[in-house]
Amino acid sequence: MGQTLRLKVNGVERIDEVEPRLLLVYYLREVCGLTGTHVGCDTSQCGACTVLLAGAPVKSCNMLALQAEGASLTTIEGLAAPGELHPLQTAFWEQHGLQCGFCTPGFIMAATALLADNPDPSDEEIGRGLEGNLCRCTGYVNIRKAVKAAGEAVRAGAAAPMGG
Amino acid sequence: MAVSQLIGARVQRREDPRLITGRGHFIEDHVLPGLAHMAVVRSPHPHARIVGIDKAAAQSLPGVLAVLTAQDFKAQISGGMPVTPAFAPEKKYVPERFPIAESEVCFQGEPVAVVVATSRALAADAADLVQVEYEPLPAVVDPEAAMVAGSFKAHSDGPDNIGWDMTFAGGDIDAAFAKAEIRVSERILQQRLAPTAIEPRGVMADYSPYDERLTLWLSSQNPHFIRLFVSGAMGLPESHVRVVSPDVGGGFGSKISPYPEDYLVPAASRILSRPVRWIETRTESVMTTIHGRGQVFTAEAAALRDGTLLGLRLTQVLDLGAYHGTFGAFQACACLMSGGVYRWEAISARTVGVLTNKVPTDPYRGAGRPEGTHLCERMVDRVAQELGMDPADLRRKNFAQEFPYVNNFGLTYDSGNYDGTLDRALELVDYPGWRQRQAKAREEGRLIGVGLSTWVEICGFGPSQPTAAATGGIGLVEAAEIRFLPSGSVAAYVGTHAHGQGHDTTFSQIVADTLGVPLAAIEVHHGDTAEGPAFGYGTYGSRSLAVGGMALHQAATVVREKARQLAAHLLEASPDDLDFAQGTFSVRGNPAAHKTVQEVALAAYGGSLPEGMEHGLEAVSYFDPPNFVWPFGAHICVVEVDRDTGAVAIQKYVAVDDCGNVINPMIVEGQLHGGIAQGISQALYEEVVYDQESGQLVTGTMVDYLIPTMNELPVPTLDRTVTPSPTNALGVKGIGEAGTIASSAAVINAICDALSPLGIHHVDMPATPERIWRMIQEAAR
Ligand code: FES
Ligand code: FES
Repeated sequence: MGQTLRLKVNGVERIDEVEPRLLLVYYLREVCGLTGTHVGCDTSQCGACTVLLAGAPVKSCNMLALQAEGASLTTIEGLAAPGELHPLQTAFWEQHGLQCGFCTPGFIMAATALLADNPDPSDEEIGRGLEGNLCRCTGYVNIRKAVKAAGEAVRAGAAAPMGG
Repeated sequence: MAVSQLIGARVQRREDPRLITGRGHFIEDHVLPGLAHMAVVRSPHPHARIVGIDKAAAQSLPGVLAVLTAQDFKAQISGGMPVTPAFAPEKKYVPERFPIAESEVCFQGEPVAVVVATSRALAADAADLVQVEYEPLPAVVDPEAAMVAGSFKAHSDGPDNIGWDMTFAGGDIDAAFAKAEIRVSERILQQRLAPTAIEPRGVMADYSPYDERLTLWLSSQNPHFIRLFVSGAMGLPESHVRVVSPDVGGGFGSKISPYPEDYLVPAASRILSRPVRWIETRTESVMTTIHGRGQVFTAEAAALRDGTLLGLRLTQVLDLGAYHGTFGAFQACACLMSGGVYRWEAISARTVGVLTNKVPTDPYRGAGRPEGTHLCERMVDRVAQELGMDPADLRRKNFAQEFPYVNNFGLTYDSGNYDGTLDRALELVDYPGWRQRQAKAREEGRLIGVGLSTWVEICGFGPSQPTAAATGGIGLVEAAEIRFLPSGSVAAYVGTHAHGQGHDTTFSQIVADTLGVPLAAIEVHHGDTAEGPAFGYGTYGSRSLAVGGMALHQAATVVREKARQLAAHLLEASPDDLDFAQGTFSVRGNPAAHKTVQEVALAAYGGSLPEGMEHGLEAVSYFDPPNFVWPFGAHICVVEVDRDTGAVAIQKYVAVDDCGNVINPMIVEGQLHGGIAQGISQALYEEVVYDQESGQLVTGTMVDYLIPTMNELPVPTLDRTVTPSPTNALGVKGIGEAGTIASSAAVINAICDALSPLGIHHVDMPATPERIWRMIQEAAR
């Protein structure tokens, strides 16, 4: 039996009927059609499914859609206005912070929350902020560089990261 | 040729804008109207007889469309899953593998039944309701034990567990050992690894019954081979099957070979006449996607007291798993590469492939070459240690110096400068400085170690002749097609298929320079068998640039030369009198008389072609490389081992590599970062563990199987030398696997160097704190 879910996704109010057991990640992917949020595991290790809930990073595979009732969610698709890039997206591009790109939306979302709290993170703080995200391609070297570069851009006055 | 502007430049990747904004198209992002979902019922036992399958409860669940078993699939799929000759052509026992078990399951996770339902959740629910009665059989877990005559058998109807047993003889090994002044021997483990692309596998199929056409979408490194295999098994003309591999979220070798689901999903679609999809869960992935490595080496090296290497004798026992992987015997190339960058009088290498009740092993990043390098570099260090010689000096003394260099097995290294990379790496790491710090630390009781790994790699597969024998008929060349559209933009089709390597970018760089067109006018197409040349050979074995890039370069050159003919006609000049630069043909001595390549492209579709010239401006080209390519380099790792906990801290990691000419240095560095991370991770963290008694997979999730986070990995210092390959016009080699091939040996050599004052000679992987702590305790007794 479906239940009613009301929430805001990327600034748009939605009302949907969902099965109580539907995970938030599948709600986003299959009901909202926002396929940029990925599924890389079934034990909440990889972080590919990270989205922002009221500005805080959550692993959307680890929540039921109904638990997001009333919340405001941001996914990778909603991070920047159409045709524009968030400073983190620019930095991942410029610093070659991605290879296959499957982990990337999760990293960018987790890093968005990190920079919103602290636009000048140390290596250690970046490590702590992104310890819930796995990448198998990059060895993380350029991901770390990208986060730093984005922090610099934010501090230099690029559009402030959306923390919700 | 156009002035080279883009080759060699740090061009930002063209594939990134969609990937950083969530607009990539991965396999799970595709849906079709009426899509049904498949779940697989898998054996919980490593080895058991199937006594009976009761579908009734599952079938009665509303929304379940079908519950299918081997019986149902037999009418759809013929023959077994393919096994190629690869490097062990003389196979002894090759058990037949049908994509789904009928009477006996031979590894945990082997498919027994599938459920197709209207939703993914329903399919999973119903799969739980399929009642399978098993009679457990003894599980074969340890490959060495399984070699012994009379041991339990991985297949109850098999003669024994020996998949192959052959020896590669490279020179007179007895004569080499007869001269030995010292000998060292070691037993070296290569633990099983799970490749763990962050995107799991997935397959979607749509079979159209009225025109007998099948479209198959899957996350694959190798779409054309999958089409060849699946069309054959399903009795469809190859031309009636289209395989599309969209954005692929990492592969590392695990998406080369066909899998059971690649057959079961299209067969289910044909049975149900509707599209069917299966997406692998991570739990399924760790259990059923191929593993890599899984080998035990015993080796003995002979040398003179002055450090001259003489002979290497080794045995590779390779844990095949329950069936031969399609390309599993490729891993025997560890034997052929076990001599590394050194001159040996003789090498004798025996490889034995052993069947066990585990998921099959198959190529994983480097496949055989990391194992060969690890073995060689460990043995060379053991010799140096035995002689009290500096490991850098011993290496220098034995490096192959003249190129082309023919190794003990007749393989010809195209070009190299092994001193060059080693010298630069020693300088970058401050080798003398670390040796001093090490000596001082030792006085304080601290354990610092410096580890070297000087590596060479065989890659860039082709050439066609040896590889046709290895694949069982298809010579590994590469095909590309270039098409100028009338308005002057260019479509480039390649038979390789990227899964993170940035081919859209590097291939565009090659085309842009060859044709003198801007990057923005070029579109690279790959991953769809409906487009481009007849066959594509896929991406693996660091082959895409050296073979595929060359095919593209050739096709672009053919097109350019036709354009030159046409331009000459239009300019009323001789083709030989035309210069071509920056996309413009101009008459030598009269630059005002010129035609841009875009103008020529339009003219190629126009009404004033020279007599005898066909319309259009396009070409297909196949490139068959005359040799493999042989990148090389030197990696140095510095570690400190905590005496009390056994924990290893990497202090510094330096890599100086040489992959010939570089198209895009940013991408080369990225490949090295990732490759080095995977090798370090093998050295320190990862291991697939099966319970030795029950054969149950212990490391079944990412909780137990350690994929390092950002916090576990160092930032390597990279540099490179450039020694072009003489075997292709671009002078390029490969770099996708280099980091993984080199790095495990550097780390383990560093750890062994650190522990050497305690009398410890060798540490196996993963060098976990527990393993090292135990060794330290043992050594103190
Ligand atoms: S899918 Fe892996 S943590 Fe959510
Ligand atoms: S870019 Fe491939 S997993 Fe991170």
